[in-house]
Amino acid sequence: MNQIFKAQVFRAEWRKLRRPTLFIGTMLASAGLTGLVTSLLFLLIDSPQGNSDRGNMISRDILQLPSGLTIGFSNAAGLLGIVALCVFAAQTAQEYTYGTLRNLLVRQPRRLQLLLGKYLSMASFAVVMVILAATVSMSLAFGLSGKAKVATDAWVTSDALHELAKTFGNVLLSVIAFGTVGMILGLLLRSPISAISLGVIWLLIVENILIAVKASLGKWMPGNLMSTIATGGTSNVSYTHAISFTAMYLVVGTVIVTTLFKRRDVSN
Amino acid sequence: MSNLAVAVQDLSKKYGDTFAVSHANFEVPMGTVCGFVGPNGSGKTTTIRMLLGLISPTGGTGEILGHSIKHPERYLASVGAMIEGPAFYPALTGRENLNVLATLGGYGTDHVQSLLERVGLGDRGNSKYKTYSLGMKQRLGIAAALLPNPKLLILDEPTNGLDPEGIQEVRDLLKSLAQEGTTVFVSSHLLSELELISQHLVMLRKGKVLFAGKIEDLFLAQQPFILVKTPNEIDLVKIQEIATSAGHKSTIRSGVAHIEGPAEWAAELNKSAFAAGITLSQLSPMLPSLEETFFEMTGDSE
Ligand SMILES: Nc1ncnc2c1ncn2[C@@H]1O[C@H](COP(=O)(O)OP(=O)(O)OP(=O)(O)O)[C@@H](O)[C@H]1O
Ligand SMILES: [Mg+2]
Repeated sequence: MNQIFKAQVFRAEWRKLRRPTLFIGTMLASAGLTGLVTSLLFLLIDSPQGNSDRGNMISRDILQLPSGLTIGFSNAAGLLGIVALCVFAAQTAQEYTYGTLRNLLVRQPRRLQLLLGKYLSMASFAVVMVILAATVSMSLAFGLSGKAKVATDAWVTSDALHELAKTFGNVLLSVIAFGTVGMILGLLLRSPISAISLGVIWLLIVENILIAVKASLGKWMPGNLMSTIATGGTSNVSYTHAISFTAMYLVVGTVIVTTLFKRRDVSN
Repeated sequence: MSNLAVAVQDLSKKYGDTFAVSHANFEVPMGTVCGFVGPNGSGKTTTIRMLLGLISPTGGTGEILGHSIKHPERYLASVGAMIEGPAFYPALTGRENLNVLATLGGYGTDHVQSLLERVGLGDRGNSKYKTYSLGMKQRLGIAAALLPNPKLLILDEPTNGLDPEGIQEVRDLLKSLAQEGTTVFVSSHLLSELELISQHLVMLRKGKVLFAGKIEDLFLAQQPFILVKTPNEIDLVKIQEIATSAGHKSTIRSGVAHIEGPAEWAAELNKSAFAAGITLSQLSPMLPSLEETFFEMTGDSE
């Protein structure tokens, strides 16, 4: 029997992912974005324009809860997700534009194994990204708590540890879901620029316009659902709803692209 | 196991209404160098992609090293290939590019350096691929094809972009690989590039195989001829009469007589011309190129 997971594919993909410009660049972007979101949360705590996304207010009382430690981190999940989407999309689609897919398939003709190994190695890249983001965000939270007059007593309790584990899991799920969307787009469009621009324009512009026009659409928009996973559910969209509909979208997308990838002629 | 490295039967690929490859039949015996020759767009790359499981045929069958091309996973571990020129990650070094493929194929990266040296990139392995010249890229492509220490090596126009010295180096490399027992299937749009190293030939034109067999059979079909020039046209017509009466076909094209016949007959012709009081300003026995012979055989005079 052939094993489905080939460590060779996984390791070969990491040789591309660990390229300094890509690896350090992506990690810096993730750390920077998370750091920015977290810093604003604390530095603008008394600003009338709000300290969170879309002018929301997150008060001192909320920040002082055991879950307060990771609010900055989970608020940054959408941005981390976009970074992951770009990396997954580029790493997948560039195999077509560089023509390197034909080399990969000569060395690993089992196409699904190739796809799975590639996916898992990018997912592990996302894990590194999320760990780094969590570390940066929590360090900043502690560092800025004094200045923002936020008490940190509740952050060092076992409740806080529990919240951290939960938030980390949710953010990771969310980021990997965004990445999966990137890979799906990359396989469909076979061009990094098209895949990334379609993904980013959809997430940052189209969804926001649609939701602004009709708020109830938020329940069905994939980007909104994936961000909701990271925050553990909102008053409008429950966690279970977000998880199940994201899973449904991703399964449909994955079935379509894996079928295409398995059958499609490689003439690039 | 059969002694054929490649065998295809009625192999076809249709795009829309047109055949990129149409009912191709040919065989490549183990241990030979087989040239795969055809002009641009004749279907060489399409055929090679089908042999490697990258695109699926719309008709026909094929076997590589005894396995059906429907199951590339059964034979590709022993096959090295460069398809339609080199393709690598521009931001990685030559060495790292080979490492990616070595890791993927499970070969380990130990002999990457010796491969780089073998193709003349020993001292440029640590430069990024995007800084390579066309010839260096081509060499890296060949090195990648050699990674599995292949039984069958399939190279699609490996000499594209190489200077004469580079072309000679590739020929020598292929010759030495063949001596080590590797079967080589190598494409080019120029027969002259391959006729020195190939024992077998597959000639393709507009998707159809026009010739498949030993290169000797083409050599045997080569028709020698003699080129003759005289100071004036009238004498040339007389020369033509002499040739015709001796049973040699001839034509006059732009002031030169082409007379079919072996080099030995040129002396005879010279004697007869002298006897008839005709001075020859040129008398050159010639052999057509294999390419010309080939088109003669197939009745194609483009
Ligand atoms: N994906 C495709 N879709 C449609 N037509 C194609 C496709 N790939 C190849 N063709 C057509 O098939 C024919 C053969 O192309 P192929 O690339 O196999 O030729 P080739 O012999 O390798 O030429 P060259 O010497 O220029 O590399 C061409 O007419 C080409 O336009
Ligand atoms: Mg070609």
